Amino acid sequence: MLETIDLSLVNWSRAQFALTAMYHWVFVPLTLGLAVIIAIMETLYVKTGDVEWKKITKFWMTLFGINFAIGVATGIILEFEFGTNWSNYSWFVGDIFGAPLAIEGIFAFFMESTFIAVMFFGWNKVSKKVHLTATWLTAFGASLSALWILVANAWMQNPVGMHFNPETVRNEMINFWEVLFSPTAIYKFLHTITSGFVLAGVFVIGISSWFLLKKREVVFARKSIVVAAVFGIVSSIYLAFTGDSSARDIAQNQPMKFAAFEGLYNGSEGAGLIAMGFMSTTETDPSNENLLDFNMKIEIPNILSYMAYMDWNAFVPGINDLIDGNEKYGYMSADEKIERGKVAMAKLKAFKEAKDQDNEQLAERLKTEFMDPDFQQNYFSYFGYGYLTDKNMLIPNVPLSFYSFHVMVGLGFYFIVFFCFALFYALKGRLEQKRKFLRLAIWSIPMAYLASQAGWIVAEVGRQPWVIQDLMPTVAAVTKISSSAVQTTFWLFAIIFTLLLIAELKIMFRQIKIGPKMDGGQH
Amino acid sequence: MSKNEWPGLWRFYYDGFKNMSRWGRQVWLIILIKIFILFFVLKLFFFPNFLNANFETDEERGNHVLENLVEPIK
Repeated sequence: MLETIDLSLVNWSRAQFALTAMYHWVFVPLTLGLAVIIAIMETLYVKTGDVEWKKITKFWMTLFGINFAIGVATGIILEFEFGTNWSNYSWFVGDIFGAPLAIEGIFAFFMESTFIAVMFFGWNKVSKKVHLTATWLTAFGASLSALWILVANAWMQNPVGMHFNPETVRNEMINFWEVLFSPTAIYKFLHTITSGFVLAGVFVIGISSWFLLKKREVVFARKSIVVAAVFGIVSSIYLAFTGDSSARDIAQNQPMKFAAFEGLYNGSEGAGLIAMGFMSTTETDPSNENLLDFNMKIEIPNILSYMAYMDWNAFVPGINDLIDGNEKYGYMSADEKIERGKVAMAKLKAFKEAKDQDNEQLAERLKTEFMDPDFQQNYFSYFGYGYLTDKNMLIPNVPLSFYSFHVMVGLGFYFIVFFCFALFYALKGRLEQKRKFLRLAIWSIPMAYLASQAGWIVAEVGRQPWVIQDLMPTVAAVTKISSSAVQTTFWLFAIIFTLLLIAELKIMFRQIKIGPKMDGGQH
Repeated sequence: MSKNEWPGLWRFYYDGFKNMSRWGRQVWLIILIKIFILFFVLKLFFFPNFLNANFETDEERGNHVLENLVEPIK
């Protein structure tokens, strides 16, 4: 079956998924972060009774509402794609993926929908405290929705708490808590939602700066900037810590991804971190012609070893160590993994043939052997390698991973400095005079989106060729359907999402131009 | 929730939608068009669930996937 799969089908299916996921992620981070900022602003209103805070809250709530409404349901398309384009994957993951998504659906519907209605319709109809509670629960609900999606994604990056049942051809959850509380899931969740908080902080400061440049709504803008800057400082520093923890987790569980986003070809003890580098487009690494070396790089010694293993002199494997193996440091070669994957696949095939021949006794024996913990650990855990025809298929797109990672990290540190300056100027009452900073603040909004998207590119491109780490490559996950059908829906989505984005920007820009109103009326 | 609270709840939503601002009406229109396109066009015509559409039982679906999984790419 799979031998007939057209690689362009895999690539188009991947491109379509990437397109929809990235467009979906245009809307989500602002929802996550702005919800919390609004809740903080409304808390200040309830605490102080100052109606200026109510005006501020209602203005940002309007932008939140526009973003939420345009973005809502864009994630459902990803679920459509699982059933149509990725049916082997959908079946193979079984309830492990289904359970978190079902929980997410219920929570999203009941929590967000209910409390958002109170947020928008409830002014002057419910008490201030009830309204504030609804606003906080909306913020909490949005993050909780993200949790379940990210748990499912984290399981794909580090499959835990399950076993594969050859009878049902599905992975079955044996420990829900192991899935929920896997370090990969925890770090991914914390890092992702705080990235949304940072983006929203930048967004609020950027839009407020526009008002200051126009000499409009000065009090509103200053107060908004103070809240967003304090929130941004806390979030961006925490983002750096969660990023660090996440990188350590990746170094343990996805060392190829780690090596790719660091552009590390040959591992070493006391490995250095490349702070900045430009990859060659022509020269190749002598040990592997598929790998590009650097034209220029600025390296900080020993940092990478510490980042990965909290030991300044630890050995960090490079791409070549992971492909060719490194006996000294205990890294198995890709060839050996491919062989083990083929053994696991052969046993599964023998099981299928026994079932087809109604040889229940043999099928039962093969199933027992397959489920044996030793076989699971030594062979099935390399199952996905059995599909690979060339060990170089294990190397993700190194330049894309490297640049995305460095753009994300570089901008992450920039935002810490940016928030500090915003708060400093706001507290000193010098914001209006710093017109260059105000312009920079506006331009920082697209930078925040760029960093946010780069983060997902690092996570998803860096883990290629895997859909499920070590167990299922993309080529085995895809449904054998017509490539042209996937191309058609790719362009259809591109048009729909672009129209939605244009609609959002148009409505949002209009509301920004109108500005905050002392009595915003009912929404 | 008691029976007496339902009219209040209905009124809450009714008033909310009735007094909605211009941008509120616009985004609701977009939501409705989007949901129509997603569920009544894309889902129905472009995104059938492959395994549900082509196989009757879970056993058949499992066998199909197993067949796909055990034949490695050349």
